[in-house]
Amino acid sequence: MSTVIGTTGLVKRYGQLRAVDGIDLDVRPGDVYGFLGANGSGKTTTVRMLLGLVLPTEGEVRLLGEPMPKAARRVLPRVGALVEGPAHYGHLSGRANLALVDAAGPGGSRRTRRARIETVLEQVGLAGVGRKPARAYSLGMRQRLGLAAALLRRPELLVLDEPTNGLDPQGIHEIRDLLLQLNREGTTVFLSSHLLAEVEQMCTRIGVLDRGRLVLQDELARLTSPTGATIVETPEPDRVRAALDGRVLSVTAGRAVVRGADPAEVNAALVAAGVPVHGLALERPSLEAVVLAAARTSSDRVDAPGERSRR
Amino acid sequence: MIVVELRKLFRRPRTWVTIGLLNALPVLVAVLLAWTDLAPRPGEGPAFLSAVLTNGTLYPLAALAIVLPLFLPIAVSVVAGEAVAGEAQGGTLRYLLARPAGRTRLLVAKLIAVVAFVVVTVVVVAGVGYVVGRLLFEVQPTGGTALSGTSLTSQELAVRTLLAIGYVTVSMLGVAAFALFFSTLTDSPLGATLGALAVLIASSLLFTLDAASSFAPYLPTRYWLAFVDLFRDPILWRDVVRGVALQAVYVVVLLGAAWANFTTKDVTS
Repeated sequence: MSTVIGTTGLVKRYGQLRAVDGIDLDVRPGDVYGFLGANGSGKTTTVRMLLGLVLPTEGEVRLLGEPMPKAARRVLPRVGALVEGPAHYGHLSGRANLALVDAAGPGGSRRTRRARIETVLEQVGLAGVGRKPARAYSLGMRQRLGLAAALLRRPELLVLDEPTNGLDPQGIHEIRDLLLQLNREGTTVFLSSHLLAEVEQMCTRIGVLDRGRLVLQDELARLTSPTGATIVETPEPDRVRAALDGRVLSVTAGRAVVRGADPAEVNAALVAAGVPVHGLALERPSLEAVVLAAARTSSDRVDAPGERSRR
Repeated sequence: MIVVELRKLFRRPRTWVTIGLLNALPVLVAVLLAWTDLAPRPGEGPAFLSAVLTNGTLYPLAALAIVLPLFLPIAVSVVAGEAVAGEAQGGTLRYLLARPAGRTRLLVAKLIAVVAFVVVTVVVVAGVGYVVGRLLFEVQPTGGTALSGTSLTSQELAVRTLLAIGYVTVSMLGVAAFALFFSTLTDSPLGATLGALAVLIASSLLFTLDAASSFAPYLPTRYWLAFVDLFRDPILWRDVVRGVALQAVYVVVLLGAAWANFTTKDVTS
């Protein structure tokens, strides 16, 4: 099994609108895959097609090597999902909710159910939640309970849509650690998000969706690899130009960007010329710059009809 | 899955509140009748009510006749309309389907839960009616009087009462089928419930209209009160049989439509 999630030419059309326009996802075992895109770019529709909730107009979805939605009954018990926020039966306790959903489908053994529920509640930090009905939970607790439901059957793949939504900074940190730990233990994580910082901190591979098209899909390390230039921090950036004439790419207040992928060599040259150097770093593009270069406009922006022709 | 749905339905306080409220009206009517001794004259008011003062064993039937035109269909529409649309509105539908519960299985489980609700409700109404009838009215130990005037043994009466309970259940399954079908069309449980009730109200209204007489036999509420015929001597089977057949057609067609719609629908709730 070389791909965990593979789609070929996946299209979803709603009338005239192509919400998802021929995307080829390739998520490999062990990835923490960041699925990025502005609001309305087709992320959620894609996630729903992966899980068999929305049926594709064209194209194929393979999950854990099997065709979806045909093999849903075999595949989905091995997948944990959090789609567009958690949802629970408000009048039941967290434990009763987990037991009910676990009993609603195949692959969750009844004998181990109780122990599994305790384990996942422990993992997401709800072990002491008691019998309080889920409707009395805070937003963050609901999010944790949703995540607990996704983890209940030790899935090989987690498909998570905005998993840290509604959590406070400590909560975000905890959940991030939990996901990374699960990933180290072999779970592939597919993380759909519009939070660039979150994706940059967690993901090994990213895909960028722009108005239904996958405009970028690559290793994060490769996308943000050094550009071959060095950033020099100095109180006198103008003297850098004098010392390394012809190699200076740009000069701004307190900082100069110099061609050359060896900071030590740049440093030596500057020190020899007597330029004070406070800091040196290889220049890397930020994920934000990469994403903005790939996906130009926010898709919840609605321009006048004439401007649409740019598409 | 079926157990899950039954547990969901019957563990919900609302289900029992609905059943409780449904029993309030027949109990109130019984208390009023026993208190004032003023029964409606034969042929007036809900069926069987004129006879209960002299024979309390008929009260289960009177209770069913009281709730049948409005209360019972409302309760059934609420529960059946809620079935799929309620899960969609609450967001739990996507998690059930991603679990995966399987769309056909989920729909079948919902259907069975709704049928269970109908059966439990009808039986509880009849049961409460029986208890109330025994407590508040005179009971003839030899059985009851058929509407045609001849007398029935208590055994005959018991069998016919069971048949009547079965017939009312079948009639309510038609209502449930409408509500369940609408429930797969919309994400609003209220919309599904009101849709089913609108159908019933339209049907009752058209039934009274001579201009609609050409299709009156096919209206879903046409034979609802035919269970009264079970208490004639001999039993007048014609309308009962037609009623069962008509409901069967509605149930099959609507459930087929519900299944076709639900299994091919994009779940975006």
